[in-house]
Amino acid sequence: MKRMKLLWHYLKGQRLTMLLSVVAVGLSTYFMIQIPFILKFAIDSVIGSKAPDLSNSGVNIALAVFSLETYRANMWLIGVLLVVMTLLRGLFQLLKGHYAAKGSENVAKRLRERMFHHIQSLSYQYHVKVETGDLIQRCTSDVDTIKRFIGSQTVEIGGVAFLLSMIIYSMVRMHPVMTLFSTMALPVGAGFSIYFFNRINQVFKDVDEHEGKLSTIIQENLSGVRVVRAFGRQSYELERFNLNNDLYSEKILRLVKEFAKYWSSQDLIVLTQTGIMIFSGTYFTISGDMSLGTFVAFTTLTGYMLWPIRTLGRVLSEMSKSFVAVDRIETVLAEQSEFEGGGETPNLQGDIVIKDVSFSYEGSEREVLKHINLKIKAGETLAILGPTGAGKSTLIHLLARFYEPTQGSISIGDHPIHTVEKHHLRKHVAVVLQEPFLFAKNLTENIRIARHTASQLEVEQAAQVAQIHDNILTFDKGYDTLVGEKGVSLSGGQKQRVAIARKLVTDAPVLIFDDSLSAVDTETDAAIRQRLKGHNRGLTTIIVSHRISTLSEADHIIVIEDGVITQEGNHDQLIAQEGLYQKVYEIQDAGMIQKIS
Amino acid sequence: MEHLKENQEDKNVKGLSTELWLKVLRYLKPLRKNLLLICVFMPILATIDSVFPLLTGYAIDNFIAKKTLENMPAFIVVYMACVVGLAGTVYLFIAQGAIVEAGILKILRKLGFEKLQKLSFSYYDKNAVGWMIARLTSDVNRLGEMLCWGLVDMFWGLSYMFVISIIMLILNWKLALVTLVVVPILAILSLFFQKRILHTSRLVRKINSKLTGAFNEGITGVKATKSLVAEELQFNDFTKLTGEMKRSSYKSAIYAAVYLPIVLTLGSIGMALVVYYGGVQVRFGDLSFGELVVFINYAVQFYEPVREVARVYTELQMAQASAERIMGLVETPLEIQDSPEVEAIYGTTFEPKVENWDAFKGEIAFEHVAFQYVEGEPVLKDFNLSVKPGEKVALVGETGSGKSTVVNLACRFYEPTNGRILLDGKDYKSKSQLWLQDKIGYVLQAPHLFSGTIRDNIRYGKLDATDLEIEAAAKLTNAHSFILKLDQGYDTQVGEGGAMLSTGEKQLISFARAVIKNPKLFILDEATSSIDTETEQMIQQAIDNVLRDRTAFIIAHRLSTIRSADKIVVMRKGEIVEQGTHRQLMALRGYYYKLYTHQFIEDEENHLLKNVT
Repeated sequence: MKRMKLLWHYLKGQRLTMLLSVVAVGLSTYFMIQIPFILKFAIDSVIGSKAPDLSNSGVNIALAVFSLETYRANMWLIGVLLVVMTLLRGLFQLLKGHYAAKGSENVAKRLRERMFHHIQSLSYQYHVKVETGDLIQRCTSDVDTIKRFIGSQTVEIGGVAFLLSMIIYSMVRMHPVMTLFSTMALPVGAGFSIYFFNRINQVFKDVDEHEGKLSTIIQENLSGVRVVRAFGRQSYELERFNLNNDLYSEKILRLVKEFAKYWSSQDLIVLTQTGIMIFSGTYFTISGDMSLGTFVAFTTLTGYMLWPIRTLGRVLSEMSKSFVAVDRIETVLAEQSEFEGGGETPNLQGDIVIKDVSFSYEGSEREVLKHINLKIKAGETLAILGPTGAGKSTLIHLLARFYEPTQGSISIGDHPIHTVEKHHLRKHVAVVLQEPFLFAKNLTENIRIARHTASQLEVEQAAQVAQIHDNILTFDKGYDTLVGEKGVSLSGGQKQRVAIARKLVTDAPVLIFDDSLSAVDTETDAAIRQRLKGHNRGLTTIIVSHRISTLSEADHIIVIEDGVITQEGNHDQLIAQEGLYQKVYEIQDAGMIQKIS
Repeated sequence: MEHLKENQEDKNVKGLSTELWLKVLRYLKPLRKNLLLICVFMPILATIDSVFPLLTGYAIDNFIAKKTLENMPAFIVVYMACVVGLAGTVYLFIAQGAIVEAGILKILRKLGFEKLQKLSFSYYDKNAVGWMIARLTSDVNRLGEMLCWGLVDMFWGLSYMFVISIIMLILNWKLALVTLVVVPILAILSLFFQKRILHTSRLVRKINSKLTGAFNEGITGVKATKSLVAEELQFNDFTKLTGEMKRSSYKSAIYAAVYLPIVLTLGSIGMALVVYYGGVQVRFGDLSFGELVVFINYAVQFYEPVREVARVYTELQMAQASAERIMGLVETPLEIQDSPEVEAIYGTTFEPKVENWDAFKGEIAFEHVAFQYVEGEPVLKDFNLSVKPGEKVALVGETGSGKSTVVNLACRFYEPTNGRILLDGKDYKSKSQLWLQDKIGYVLQAPHLFSGTIRDNIRYGKLDATDLEIEAAAKLTNAHSFILKLDQGYDTQVGEGGAMLSTGEKQLISFARAVIKNPKLFILDEATSSIDTETEQMIQQAIDNVLRDRTAFIIAHRLSTIRSADKIVVMRKGEIVEQGTHRQLMALRGYYYKLYTHQFIEDEENHLLKNVT
């Protein structure tokens, strides 16, 4: 029931459209079942000489237009009547198609957008845990399932309901006993259909499982082709493949054979039903209980009911899948957005003060950062050195509020950042990530992404500062070159420099490099930092690096080990102290090399 | 890999290629009997299908018109016989279809897989794994479905049209011609719409994959988006795509929604003509009521086979692309192939004659070897190197210096474009590939494990190895102790690609896997990825253990390995620039010296700053 309510909610804005589509189905069905009555009218009253059966509305309309004599004299008018009824049926069917497609596509569009928007707003923590493939499936195939449910299954089921009630209604009015003889086997067919499609789901699952297994074998074999060849295991692999290939084929065979049983027994039920109708119809007609036209009308009407009954099971089993899809989508939508609650948007200038900050990940005892106290003056450059896993990146994540400290507070120019709206904060604190992610757009768009109003000149200036401008010009299409899967693949260093350029087009007062020059060679690294100084004088910079040449130029250096600041000072002070900084310095110092050779 | 983008799918709306389909059918020889049976069942089914309106007509003319129930029992028997006959035929043809579909899937997939086991590495370099998988899965599936059910529908449609036409012509040829007037128009319109429907639905699929890509980017790039505050921009871009999706899905739905009413209306025109002309004939007594009803039924039912045939015809054109790709794979020529003479002695890939295989002492020599992956871009020009049995040679050089190429050639993953590679003094082309693969122990840079247990993975090196041998190999490579620490020991599942294990552990296992087959020549492509000191020491010790008394060829990255080699070969741009022992080369203060010191700094840094586990 809750799911129905949710589906109803998804339909918001499209409810009228969907209603119109259902109305169109009703009308289309109405005109469809007029055809047997026109045939009956033609056979009994136009070709034959019986008085017309006025219980049918279609016949009444036909007689309102022309008199019975006109029809008898111009029999082609019956043909026109048939074509007109079919045209009307077709017209409403087209309208049904139009409204159903419009409504369901709009619902799907909105749902997709809602999912995308919501996912973008979910916390970093959520994204670390989530399985990408599964999430994508919820956004694509689950949405499609719901779309089909709304656009075709509800309308289809609505159509069947109209069809059955209209047919049975008009059958009863013609001949109640014949109605019974014409529909007695239908519940059997419907029940069997529902039973079968419920049962076959299990077989489908089995087939899917085996297909998945076979795909895995192929995938493993192909991606491990070097191992296979190195060990000359081709025939072993072939045997293993054959075993599973045979098994999968067997499953397919079983599945289709199930269907062979199903369709043949359905044919048996349905045709027996038709038979019963013909036998009893013949009897009633001969005994004068029923006209020949009525007999023909009954055969046609029965024919209309058979197909929907046979596929009823499939429709219902598809329907149950859409409830699962609703659940899967709602779990994602129920996750809380990280932007909820908003915040202030003050002018974020001034010193950054980190006061007694500790942090541990949710569900983990281990403190990644322990009581960090640090002050970064506005316009200053701070450098951070530390081993992997010491907490450097975590500290930076806290500054951009990807995570919240478990203890302590961070403020920028007297504004505690936990009160600042997150978009606003991140516009001021620009983090260049360790592993740069470029979007499948061209280079200009990639660089402009953080400020799409930036001019081409500003883009190129930023690229020059990031030392990537000249590289870009070597590409055939220059700044219009597409990046990523469908375009050029950039080297790690090039990606990092594009990532820096796109931060530079914003004029964020705080710029953080999270080891984001690691793949750039030392000289370029130096050149970027040189240009950066000239670019914006008031810039507060935080650089995570393990290059002494980079670290040494900072105003202030800290060493973080195991979540604690173990050393602090400038280059000269730190090389004089025993510790990690000194050790790294010695390795990188040319003098050390002499000792080893 | 740009050329792999599947835009070729779009261009193929052309005529059917009989040659191609005959070729496909040749491969499906074992299914011929079943295919033939289906071809026989369909006309039978179509005939029974078209008998039912006749029976209704008979009932009207012989019982209702004559107001008698005489022969009714016989009629019921005949009717029920037809019902049973129809149900039986339906069962039999679907059952045969099941055999055909399953058979096609099995045969084509096997053909493709077998071929992929034989194809040279150049093929693997040119084609992405995903692309090859798609050939064996989606293309084979489409072809199986098409060849089986497509043909069923096509045969049924054609037979049904044929049988109905004949019956109508026999009953009343004038009325028959009137009824059939609309059929050509129906056929043309059906072809037109089916093509459109297929085309738009493919467009929808294409946009759908773009949409999936956008979701993927949105999710995997979420950190970048957040740090750039680009949520709004990304969302706006996304709405363009959903808008596109909505429009084309709607269009696709509308084509189908327009087509059906048109078909129905054409059918009703046929019916109207029958009612009019037939009605007049009934009045004049030229036609019975029963026959009129038969004709009305046929006129209404005619559109279905026409629609089916048109649909199958267009889908067959699409499936042709799949058939082309599968046949393309199956008929790709092999670049590296054992000569018939070699096969006569050593056997084939799938049926080796192990009893004829000769022993190998472990000597390998490169003689004036030249090689290029791409025409005009030589990687090796005149490479000469000989390694004596028991010698350990380390290849050193930067990425792109040609080290990996030397290994690829030594393993005969590629063959030299010029010059020879000698094993124990004989050109390796005079032996079979499988022989070579049996004699060489090759340990890859990125250790690739198969899903299964650790035991399974080690046993991959020697399929008939006992548990004892497996443990011995693991002990030799220092893997035994960490394996025992795992909950399930040797029976621990490693996960897909060995995901459950660390890189170092995977290396040790892949090493054990090579050791167990006891090869005379080891080719070791050392991993560049950093591992912790402890594991590195374990691996080093393992290498020392294993390489005792064996010839070894090592692409070395670790200083410890390099230092312990008998000979170091320094490569640069495809040429050997320096060679000798570590001492000799360091004394030279040349290229090796530079590489070595650089490597040294990196190693030390890693030890200090990366707590790799």
